[in-house]
Amino acid sequence: MSEDVDLAIIGAGPAGLAAAATAARAGLNVALLDEQSSAGGQIYRDIERAAAARGDILGKDYLGGLSLVADLDSPRIRHIRNATVWQIDRDGSLTYSVHGEARVLMAKRLLIASGALERPMPVVGWTLPGVMTAGAAQILLKQSGIVARDAVLIGSGPLLYLVAAQLCRVGKPPMAIVETQTFSDLLSAGRHLPGALVGWRYMVKGLGLLHEIRKAGVTRFRGASEIEIAGTQMVSGVRFRHGKRSHELACATVLLHHGVIPNTQIARSLDIEHAWDESQKCFVPKIDQWGRSDREDVFIAGDGAGIGGAVVAALRGRLAALEIGRDLTAMTEAERDEIASRLRAQLRREMAARPFIDTAYPPFDEAMSPKDPVIVCRCEEVTAGDIRGYSRLGCLGPNQAKAFGRSGMGPCQGRYCGTTVTQLLAEANGATPDETGYYKIRAPLKPVSLGEVAALHDPNSEDERNDRAH
Amino acid sequence: MKPAFELLPRNASDPEVTVTVDGTGYDMREGENLAAELLRLGMSVTRRTPVSGAPRGPFCMMGACYDCLVEIEGARLQACRIKVTADLRISSIGGETEGALP
Ligand SMILES: Cc1cc2nc3c(=O)[nH]c(=O)nc-3n(C[C@H](O)[C@H](O)[C@H](O)COP(=O)(O)OP(=O)(O)OC[C@H]3O[C@@H](n4cnc5c(N)ncnc54)[C@H](O)[C@@H]3O)c2cc1C
Ligand code: FES
Repeated sequence: MSEDVDLAIIGAGPAGLAAAATAARAGLNVALLDEQSSAGGQIYRDIERAAAARGDILGKDYLGGLSLVADLDSPRIRHIRNATVWQIDRDGSLTYSVHGEARVLMAKRLLIASGALERPMPVVGWTLPGVMTAGAAQILLKQSGIVARDAVLIGSGPLLYLVAAQLCRVGKPPMAIVETQTFSDLLSAGRHLPGALVGWRYMVKGLGLLHEIRKAGVTRFRGASEIEIAGTQMVSGVRFRHGKRSHELACATVLLHHGVIPNTQIARSLDIEHAWDESQKCFVPKIDQWGRSDREDVFIAGDGAGIGGAVVAALRGRLAALEIGRDLTAMTEAERDEIASRLRAQLRREMAARPFIDTAYPPFDEAMSPKDPVIVCRCEEVTAGDIRGYSRLGCLGPNQAKAFGRSGMGPCQGRYCGTTVTQLLAEANGATPDETGYYKIRAPLKPVSLGEVAALHDPNSEDERNDRAH
Repeated sequence: MKPAFELLPRNASDPEVTVTVDGTGYDMREGENLAAELLRLGMSVTRRTPVSGAPRGPFCMMGACYDCLVEIEGARLQACRIKVTADLRISSIGGETEGALP
């Protein structure tokens, strides 16, 4: 039933792929698990299939993922596809399901490379059918060749422009981009310009995207506010204020995006300590320079360890794999350090543009502290006003909020409300996000059927699981 | 009204199978993502919420939000994590109280 490996990696995005290749080269046996049917993670989603069909649309960066995927071709790497990891135990056993069948794997070390999620963007109407994340529209394009026509994009950040540019490339430019960053954000980003110039490639790329968008004649509304999505059964339009004027655009698709945040579900389920990162406005796990968490045998790399983008994710994946290699005596400290010093130099260059980007494209204020009627927990339909009400009744943190009104208790397990609920409670209670804390995450990390649990042969682990369910 | 999503012309010739949605048959591309095919065919509402009966449709397309839940052979599954196969029969989820998920 269970099998042993040196290293289990969760997530086959750039971080997990690079780590797997580095670890295999060092002589470790690796299991690489991902719930997607194909390697690549978010940025290189479905690249094995889509590169041929639509590589030109998706751009040069996208095709860059091909070499990472090619490195999987090693007898020491087992890529387990369609594998949703839903429980990790203290003894290093990892439980996952493939097409509804649960399996267990034992690993000496674990690397969490589960990537990022788009930051929740609660505004009026964001739960209506027809509202998606910009990343979702990109996934439809990458993996299915499907495009939204006349969509309105709302939010800020590089990924918003990338998706807009990709829509332009297929001849379906968005109707408009309603941008939430302001001119003063750009001004305050100015002090990070020297760093940004070191990371000049990112800046050139950004300017290229803006040029494509302009050429396609897409209207951009910068510094928009008072954003509301209209509709009853479906999206019918968007209302917002731009300068002194109110605008209303009729549309059937709205794509939201104001940055990505680490997907911390797995690390949280292991009670790994996290801290609030004020510059990126999100929780990040506490790790050392190799990605090692406060649990000695668990490492975290990629956007799940803090947002840095695909190249940074791959570099951090390699660094973690090197230290794991040393730890399991597959290489010496000197061997590790020789490769690592080169990787670190590259890492510094790649991170140089980050402060500029983070400051120029901050998350949208109105969505960080939504008005009372706005739903924040999509699953249980709990509003911002409800959360503020809990605070008045003495609620201090997200776990207490669950008891007050079920926020975070639906199937998404707080993925799309956790950060908002922390921020709302922190603000209402005059506390910091660190003092306020985050939802306690428990296995199963994704809803599993009783049949899946029952199918596990190991009677001991099954009893344990039942105990925990009560 | 025209569906809000459309297929890129160069992907239009993929093989099709019939999928039954709430009793009606639709031609979908075999092996393609179910949520994507539902959107392409103009079915942007996949379920109603247990709390207020509000309509919902695919939101994240990456298996995180669970707004794309549909019912297949009695099980509630994420349409964005399912591949289209021949003779798939799905129903959208109504406003009744859903079983408590962990
Ligand atoms: C929707 C979306 C689209 C993006 N598109 C781009 C883009 O086009 N260009 C760009 O530069 N950046 C993009 N990003 C930013 C992106 O996060 C990084 O650039 C890069 O993909 C990070 O790499 P990673 O290896 O850390 O994680 P990812 O690439 O996100 O890979 C993580 C992998 O972990 C898997 N996973 C997570 N949890 C589990 C689990 N429990 N069980 C099994 N597998 C699991 C996921 O399926 C995923 O494949 C996008 C982010 C998102 C959220
Ligand atoms: S669309 Fe979010 S889980 Fe399927």
